[in-house]
Amino acid sequence: MLGFLQRPVVVTADINLNVVALTALGLLSRLWRLSYPRAVVFDEVYYGQYVSFYMKRLFFLDGSGPPLGHMLLALGGYLGGFDGNFLWNRIGAEYSSNVPVWSLRLLPALAGALSVPMAYQIVWELRFSHCAAMGAALLVLIENALITQARLMLLESVLIFFNLLAMLSYLKLCNSQKHRPFSLSWWFWLTLTGVACSCAVGIKYMGVFTYLLVLGVAAVHAWHLIGDRTLSNVCVLCHLLARAVALLVIPVIMYLLFFYVHLVLLCRSGPHDQIMSSAFQASLEGGLARITQGQPLEVAYGSQVTLRNVFGKPVPCWLHSHQNTYPMIYENGRGSSHQQQVTCYPFKDVNNWWIVKDPGRHQLVVNSPPRPVRHGDIVQLVHGMTTRLLNTHDVAAPLSPHSQEVSCYIDYNISMPAQNLWRLDIVNRESSTEVWKTILSEVRFVHVNTSAILKLSGAHLPDWGFRQLEVVGEKLSPGYHESMVWNVEEHRYGRSQEQKERELELHSPTQMDLSRNLSFMARFSELQWRMLTVRSDDSEHKYSSTPLDWVTLDTNIAYWLHPTTSAQIHLLGNIVIWASASLATVVYVLLLCWYLLRRRRSICDLPEDSWLRWVLAGALCAGGWAVNYLPFFLMEKTLFLYHYLPALTFQILLLPVVLQHISDHLSQLQRSLFSALVVAWYSCACHVFNTLRPLTYGDKSLSPGELRALRWKESWDILIRKHQ
Amino acid sequence: MPPAVGGGLAGSELRVRRGRCGSQAARAVGPDVAVEAAARSHKRPAPGSRHFEAAGRWALLALVTLLSFATRFHRLDEPPHICWDETHFGKMGSYYINRTFFFDVHPPLGKMLIGLAGYLSGYDGTFSFQKPGDKYEHHNYMGMRGFCASLGSLLVPFAYLTVLELSKSLPAALLTAALLTFDTGCLTLSQYILLDPILMFFIMAAMLSMVKYNSCADRPFSAPWWFWLSLTGINLAGALGVKFVGLFIIVQVGWNTISDLWHLFGDLSLSLVTVGKHLTARILCLIVLPLALYTATYAVHFMVLNKSGPGDGFFSSAFQARLSGNNLHNASIPEHLAYGSVITVKNLRMAIGYLHSHRHLYPEGVGARQQQVTTYLHKDYNNLWIIKKHNTNSDPLDPSFPVEFVRHGDIIRLEHKETSRNLHSHYHEAPLTRKHYQVTGYGINGTGDSNDFWRIEVVNRKFGNRIKVLRSRIRFIHLVTGCVLGSSGKVLPKWGWEQLEVTCTPYLKETLNSIWNVEDHINPKLPNISLDVLQPSFPEILLESHMVMIRGNNGLKPKDNEFTSKPWHWPINYQGLRFSGINDTDFRVYLLGNPVVWWLNLLSIALYLLSGSIIAVAMQRGARLPPEVEGLSQVLLRGGGQLLLGWMLHYFPFFLMGRILYFHHYFPAMLFSSMLTGVLWDTLLRLCAWSLASSSLARGIHAVGIVSLLLGAAYRDPEHLEMHQLLLSTTLKPKQEAQSCFFHFLPK
Repeated sequence: MLGFLQRPVVVTADINLNVVALTALGLLSRLWRLSYPRAVVFDEVYYGQYVSFYMKRLFFLDGSGPPLGHMLLALGGYLGGFDGNFLWNRIGAEYSSNVPVWSLRLLPALAGALSVPMAYQIVWELRFSHCAAMGAALLVLIENALITQARLMLLESVLIFFNLLAMLSYLKLCNSQKHRPFSLSWWFWLTLTGVACSCAVGIKYMGVFTYLLVLGVAAVHAWHLIGDRTLSNVCVLCHLLARAVALLVIPVIMYLLFFYVHLVLLCRSGPHDQIMSSAFQASLEGGLARITQGQPLEVAYGSQVTLRNVFGKPVPCWLHSHQNTYPMIYENGRGSSHQQQVTCYPFKDVNNWWIVKDPGRHQLVVNSPPRPVRHGDIVQLVHGMTTRLLNTHDVAAPLSPHSQEVSCYIDYNISMPAQNLWRLDIVNRESSTEVWKTILSEVRFVHVNTSAILKLSGAHLPDWGFRQLEVVGEKLSPGYHESMVWNVEEHRYGRSQEQKERELELHSPTQMDLSRNLSFMARFSELQWRMLTVRSDDSEHKYSSTPLDWVTLDTNIAYWLHPTTSAQIHLLGNIVIWASASLATVVYVLLLCWYLLRRRRSICDLPEDSWLRWVLAGALCAGGWAVNYLPFFLMEKTLFLYHYLPALTFQILLLPVVLQHISDHLSQLQRSLFSALVVAWYSCACHVFNTLRPLTYGDKSLSPGELRALRWKESWDILIRKHQ
Repeated sequence: MPPAVGGGLAGSELRVRRGRCGSQAARAVGPDVAVEAAARSHKRPAPGSRHFEAAGRWALLALVTLLSFATRFHRLDEPPHICWDETHFGKMGSYYINRTFFFDVHPPLGKMLIGLAGYLSGYDGTFSFQKPGDKYEHHNYMGMRGFCASLGSLLVPFAYLTVLELSKSLPAALLTAALLTFDTGCLTLSQYILLDPILMFFIMAAMLSMVKYNSCADRPFSAPWWFWLSLTGINLAGALGVKFVGLFIIVQVGWNTISDLWHLFGDLSLSLVTVGKHLTARILCLIVLPLALYTATYAVHFMVLNKSGPGDGFFSSAFQARLSGNNLHNASIPEHLAYGSVITVKNLRMAIGYLHSHRHLYPEGVGARQQQVTTYLHKDYNNLWIIKKHNTNSDPLDPSFPVEFVRHGDIIRLEHKETSRNLHSHYHEAPLTRKHYQVTGYGINGTGDSNDFWRIEVVNRKFGNRIKVLRSRIRFIHLVTGCVLGSSGKVLPKWGWEQLEVTCTPYLKETLNSIWNVEDHINPKLPNISLDVLQPSFPEILLESHMVMIRGNNGLKPKDNEFTSKPWHWPINYQGLRFSGINDTDFRVYLLGNPVVWWLNLLSIALYLLSGSIIAVAMQRGARLPPEVEGLSQVLLRGGGQLLLGWMLHYFPFFLMGRILYFHHYFPAMLFSSMLTGVLWDTLLRLCAWSLASSSLARGIHAVGIVSLLLGAAYRDPEHLEMHQLLLSTTLKPKQEAQSCFFHFLPK
């Protein structure tokens, strides 16, 4: 029973001092004077905003990436006790004392520091020598751009960390595959691969590229597994299933989990509510929820409603009308019906209220019990303040002459009869007799006489229409489009018979209670969709660059300038490393082609295992560079130098691999000469690191002359004060 | 008939002559003898019946071709008015006949062929092709429609032959032919003056000749081998010459060629010299020949179009000097810019135009309420500016003053000639690009303020140099704010007459948007020089026209709120395209695929992926397949793989395109997917039949399956017709193959 007592408990620890030393160096280089400068540096101004929103738990929408990255930064703020009270409005603004700068910047810095030992591990797991592994880590250590990016509250270093982690754990998996498949450590690395991939994707969409690369390599390996006839069918099936679960299912679940946490955290209404649908807004605390809380759910004849357009572009707006009529003659000479204008208005207003009326009756109040309106019913819409009926007819709309004008009907006795019947078409109905529901139902209004559909055209009316948005009846392309879909946002049952009373009633806020919630998946899909489609129109920035500038480091970004001295921080790479990494990639590709061609003619220069090692290193490192770099040529968004850093990291990993390969194929004498060259080259890189160090850490104020001397390329924009 | 058709017919003739050796040489390359066995196993062994069989194949091919021509030419003359894009391509055909220069985003070959067809059939180029719905009246449009329809009709026999070659199975080929013949979409698209039938003709011809040449692989450097190889190259040039979509078939042929070469390279029985010969042959026929032909089409294009026309403004000043009728043609103007000159200033970026101003103010709320400054693509007297010194308002043209040249780095003022206002900028945000400053016309009779001063700089030159007309690339830097005059290329709203926005950008990055050149130059005090020195060489013209086309293509962005077709709509036949019927004319023509065909295609792709991966996994696991199945699976993996690749190449890139997309872009992909359907169902039914083993039943299953599919494809067609006849009979004259737009409302 107590057998375990008979033997002593022995713990054998295997400590690789290289790794320990590298970690220490990494921490030193990334954490040294972390809270300097105590001012907003470059993109911290954006990320900081989001951190504040998390602290205050206000809902926001950011199109730049999934929420994990922001949440990690916010975690730093939370641990540092940040209350979110800081106005993030200007780069260079001094942080107030309540901002825990150190802990906000800690997480990216740790990620950056751990990338150094991970580079070592990856090259080692690729089965290259300790020397090469050491070289890779030392190169990552002294890469100025990586240091700058890691020391600030930015996300690239975290992304790089997860990219490397995914790659490392996949390599560990491959190496334990041969000896002990389905062992505990095998499972651990397999799962970690999936988790790391999903974290990378969760930080920036860019992580998808690395994920796809890992998937691709895993697929090739799986294909070899299928071809391995020593394994039984069941065994192969288990292998495939395990991989599918870990590399496909887990990442999806993790990704959903990020959003779940995000939505749980951000439960209050915030600055971007307007972009979301009414149903989504109603699920947040405050904001619209405060108004719509307790509204009756089912729209009935006699209901007073506001109708919001679902498309929400160019701005979210509500169906609106007012006393003014369309001008008799437009500027371009076309005529109008001169009836009352109907527009879409982007602000809350008493003129946004409409009453749903049964065409067969005169009354504008809700019966008791209320008679709900259903899909397919014919209704009239009465404008609350003017009691005119929503109407459309065969008159060209003011700005979209191919569509029909929509107006509130005024009878001028000129043989233009009212055409004010609309058929209700609930788009997201589940049955054909579905009831029209507040907020939840998305409806179209189909005109009975002309089968035109009530639509927001998106054009701004000129001065006579107070620059509100044009609403038209669309006849030509009746296909589904969100600009034709409306939903009821505010809703109450009308009680007043008299117009005066009704006007008073319209002015009063809605009340009653009843609350409803949206499911997580519905909220997730809406949020994700809006994040992907939200448009940022600023396409120009002083420091934006093109992918071609990156390889040759023809551009830099000035991150921060000391308010009084000329101490400054730049994103600027170690140019020796950049150049030699690119050179290594070229050499690798040329050598690979050469070997491939020779192998095809059955001349094997490399033994089989060393060939496989060479190919795998290339697939992961050169491939990692390619997938993280080439897609940018197809992107239309504003690009910056820091987008290149993940690709660069992979390129740096390739460098020692190529060097070792060359050195392995040299004679003894040549090899020592080569080693001397490598050492010289590395000290050169160290020298460059040291020279650019003031711009990386921003801790030293340089004289204009020194700064001018640092401007090695015409295109580098180093800030020199005119008078000092 | 144009030569292209002749080539196609010659092709089919040759095929039959060599039919026998083709099927014996079933294998492409590599050691798979199984395919050969499979191919042979379908053949009747009796040698006597060979003649009979050959004749039968001939007859079938003739039947397929005839049926295809019959459907495409049926009531070709209706509707007798312009349908959809005929307004563009008909008009461009007319331009060739009239030899006036125009600009289009597509390469010229397709339109040249349309023009040629019109010319040969007696169309005189006088019809204006203004807008869809205009009646042709007495103009002879049938030649052009007939040309497009005959190319469209040839698609069916091409697909038939391709599938026959890939699968060695007559039923598969027949099924494909039936799918395409009875597809209403292909039918409609082939009947009008459009680029698509021409494009698809070249794509399918390239595919067919590639497949043919693959099956000649066992006799390299023989005459048929050379014939098919060079024919592939010629068709590639044709496809690229019609639309840039032709690039996709080039990628496909390229991929096929590379894998072919890779196999040859790995074949150790071939010496390196032989492999080198193979490589050279490919380079000659698939790279050099198409490039030469493609360039030749441009040479013809520029030779034919030598008169000034509506496309001038899109091109650079030097380019315009070639066109007779343009004011730069044979012109002579002063060489160096001097104070007092009247000039036009053109942006160097393609398709931006001239610096322009007019007597209209920016509307309220858009910066300061001063006179608008825009860029304008057309020539206009409002494009004229006078260049003046910043500090004096005296008339420099006064003969008592000596001529003073403008030099790099001078501070100048630009006065708008018509309105006498100065080019002006200030710290107000520009109307569209919020981060830039507004540019206006300011001052009265040339008197303004210091915000009117600009420093003129020549890019990459030293200070103090004179400024050359046309050749100097200049920038205008605003003295007070330090910003650079540029055009953002964005279209202003109605108040700006939809001209392009001009801004002053504070970002000093050197982009073409902020670089200008002086085009017209009038100064009576200076001697004129001839502009002939500027005539660009042919490679320059070629490069420039490509730049303009690419920019034009990227510029075709969907406007806000416009209903656009998304690539995922296409394969499911979600929404068609209205060809005719906007103006309540008699004919409603709607481009929509036959749902049976399209949904069958969609199903087939899914089935193909499933069955393909099952077979691939089985083979990778080393399962022993019976020879019959082995042969069939080879057909499925290789032949089907080629077709699947074709479908993917012609479909997926559209997801990445930012330009505006239409339904008809899917049709090349649809051809490939129909061929895949043919191959897949034939193979699957054969496999089914084989697994049931009992011979009579087995053959029965295969036959019944194929026949029912054939009938299915044909059956839905008349039903369609009836439905829409019913709908339209009251008001409209139905056209057999035309789909009504009302069809869309029908409950599905």
